[in-house]
Amino acid sequence: MTGIAMPRPDADVIARRAEIVRAMRAIVPGEGVVDADVEMRAYETDALTAYRQLPLVVVLPETVEQVAAVMRYCHDHGVKLVPRGAGTSLSGGALPVGDGVLLSMMKFNRVLDIDWANRAAVVQPGVTNLGITRAVEGRGFYYAPDPSSQIACSIGGNIAENSGGVHSLKYGLTTNNVLGLEMVLVTGEVIRLGGKHLDSEGYDLLALATGSEGLLGVVTEVTVRILQKPETARAALIGFPSSEEGGQCVADIIAAGIIPGGMEMMDELAINAAEDFVHAGYPREAGALLIVELDGPEAEVDHLLAAVEAIARRNNAGSVRVSTSEEERLRFWAGRKAAFPAVGRISPDYLCMDGTIPRKALPQVLTRMRELGEKHGLRCANVFHAGDGNLHPLILYDANKPGELAAAEAFGADILRLCVEVGGVLTGEHGVGIEKRDLMPEMFTDEDLKQQQRVKCAFDPKQLLNPGKVFPVLHRCAELGLMHVHKGQLPFPDIPRF
Amino acid sequence: MSDRFMPETAEDARDIVRWAAAEHEPLEIVGRGSKRALGRPVQAGHRLDLSRLSGVEMYEPDELVLTVLAGTPIAEVERLVADNGQELAFDPMDYGPLLGGPAGDGTIGGVIAANLSGSKRLKHGAARDHILGLEAISGRGEKFKSGGRVVKNVTGYDLPRALCGSWGSLAVATRITLKVLPRAETEASVLLRGLDGAAATAAMTAALGSSAEVSAAAHLPAGVVESCGEDAAGLTGAATLLRLEGFGPSVDYRFETLRRLLAEHGAVERIEADASCRLWLAIRDVKPFAESDDMVWRVSLAPTAGAGFAGDLAGRLGGASYLDWSGGLVWLALPGDDPRAQEVRAAVVRAGGGHATLMRAPEPVRAVSDVFQPQPGPLAALAARLKEQFDPHGVLNPGRMVAGG
Repeated sequence: MTGIAMPRPDADVIARRAEIVRAMRAIVPGEGVVDADVEMRAYETDALTAYRQLPLVVVLPETVEQVAAVMRYCHDHGVKLVPRGAGTSLSGGALPVGDGVLLSMMKFNRVLDIDWANRAAVVQPGVTNLGITRAVEGRGFYYAPDPSSQIACSIGGNIAENSGGVHSLKYGLTTNNVLGLEMVLVTGEVIRLGGKHLDSEGYDLLALATGSEGLLGVVTEVTVRILQKPETARAALIGFPSSEEGGQCVADIIAAGIIPGGMEMMDELAINAAEDFVHAGYPREAGALLIVELDGPEAEVDHLLAAVEAIARRNNAGSVRVSTSEEERLRFWAGRKAAFPAVGRISPDYLCMDGTIPRKALPQVLTRMRELGEKHGLRCANVFHAGDGNLHPLILYDANKPGELAAAEAFGADILRLCVEVGGVLTGEHGVGIEKRDLMPEMFTDEDLKQQQRVKCAFDPKQLLNPGKVFPVLHRCAELGLMHVHKGQLPFPDIPRF
Repeated sequence: MSDRFMPETAEDARDIVRWAAAEHEPLEIVGRGSKRALGRPVQAGHRLDLSRLSGVEMYEPDELVLTVLAGTPIAEVERLVADNGQELAFDPMDYGPLLGGPAGDGTIGGVIAANLSGSKRLKHGAARDHILGLEAISGRGEKFKSGGRVVKNVTGYDLPRALCGSWGSLAVATRITLKVLPRAETEASVLLRGLDGAAATAAMTAALGSSAEVSAAAHLPAGVVESCGEDAAGLTGAATLLRLEGFGPSVDYRFETLRRLLAEHGAVERIEADASCRLWLAIRDVKPFAESDDMVWRVSLAPTAGAGFAGDLAGRLGGASYLDWSGGLVWLALPGDDPRAQEVRAAVVRAGGGHATLMRAPEPVRAVSDVFQPQPGPLAALAARLKEQFDPHGVLNPGRMVAGG
């Protein structure tokens, strides 16, 4: 465990553990309450495995009534609660707290309704991202957001993190593809937001809930938009001498009015790691590799691929290969999709970062990242959602070497500061969680963060839901509600008034 | 006569709100005032007018991003991006014609406050799907920012999106960053004539369920399209329309796909680019009901429920209506001086749920009506708590969305 501190456990709550476990058993019968340490091990971490903590107790409800009763109990008794989906968070979003209930939603795993005519699917939150597509692909539909973990990650977790994927420039993020939610508030009240209609009334609480990292409520039902699969998709594999030329090619494609379905870039280290692993046919000599996927009607894809190839040639592309079969297209992607495990083969451990930058800053950021790597004495491989500016530097380190995890974390923090400095953000799709929590002041002022926390206060004034995540400094809601009053001033003699 | 403050900087705007919060003086927040006749009337002794907080701060076409001050006229922004072959793809509708004001008025701040969208919402979403970041002043008189200038960003709660459609009742936006997209090279529309609501819904549903990438789908019953005047593309009678946009060869190809797909629904005709574009603007901006004095409702439903809802109400209340968003949006015009809110909302429930907003009615009617859909208890209470957190003294547009809120 390194430097990220979690809130001090409440000794009083821990002393009441037996009573709390009994209360949970009264709500969720049978095997739905897990309190043996050896069984709770499965829940002690998520995909940010450097951090581990056993919860007070694990509860796996099966009905909305049970979720509501668990939350009402926790609210009434001042017990913290951490919601968990599939546990694939890369930012520690589902890290338990020792004095809190871990609420696993993975028994909510049913597809409830597929409404083909309204192009909507209603599912429970534990259904996997890919599970939705599997349920609708028989009729040619799919669910568009496709995070790399889509085989495992749950749609409830996608809501919590506002997950993206490689197609988000054209098809949007989770927030653009969710139509409705049923959500249980910390008080146990159940609210419904949106539905099969396209826009929700009143304040856009759907927008607040999506990406709220489990801090505002627990989602018990999700309605998503499903789309008819594009008629065809083809990919171009383009090698460039350097990332400068690759970056310029990306800018030129967009400037030509083309929005590719996917546009991914990899640097030399990532190219070679991926090629060693899956033999996708990547040009090993290239300094940067761009995968551009065009999807849509065949006539459009042919038209645009010709345009993309011409733009690539103008930007000094060393090689351009266009997929001629579905099998070849998938092979082009296999290397990119396996980039993380491929890098895992060349290094005992790696840390996956997730900043987003304005696309044009890419060459500058890559140069600075190389310098930072030298400073910290670590290597870094880069995969980059070039279409939307989301950068995934993979910092290579060895946890068994003393000090390397700390050095990797410091390197990562420097990279994220750099992202903010060039006009970008700390996290594009993995969430703040605990991982980037203490970096929030790099991007936000105290007033910015306080206004964010006031949103939390509207939903969860006792701050029991997923504590210790997202916000570096916890303010009590009563303190956040105070106003500094500037009374008695003569208002604004200089401001024009009529 | 109320005071009207016209700050030229965000700091001055903040000082005004800070003063209002300290003195508990309600403020009506306006841009160019183009949507003042929309929503519940605001009771405020002072007006905060943002029309001088205007200008484009950053526009990078290659990066598909634009930052403007909140009081920047929407017309100026649309011209600027059009000059660069781009557009605001969420197709913000213009309430001018419907509300009896000039066309093309309004500001970007108003676009966000009202979460505007248009016929292309089907494919591209609404303003909330295109906002990337904002700076705003809370009702506490504190400046805050949220979001950024990049598409993929999950750093903190998504306040920019959440403030869309809050009608200036949570915070005063001062600077707004939007995603822009390439404007389609060309367009065409598929036309089917003479269908009733159910048959039109079946045709639109088939088209939307295909891979033809329809960007808008509307059904105008007989008697509606004629009110579009010179924008009616010469049409009369019932018209079912599907909009196709994109590169020339792609539009042609998809048109042929739809012609085959929809053969069983009727004879498919084609409306070419210029006429198509003008007709869709008229549909988007509710031109068919612009000239009358009817009460006008905007009703959002599951797309397949729209035609049934319209038929149900026509039988009970008369009036006229048409469908956009493949049936998911019903524009409803009711004659007389009673908006018949209970009947309209009861029909929404019968249609499977959604919401209804009274978009045009005289001020005295709006003052005593639930202009926006009333929410169930726990949801209304949560909305009130959110308002309280942003605006503890209720100085920002009090009563605009809900009475006493």
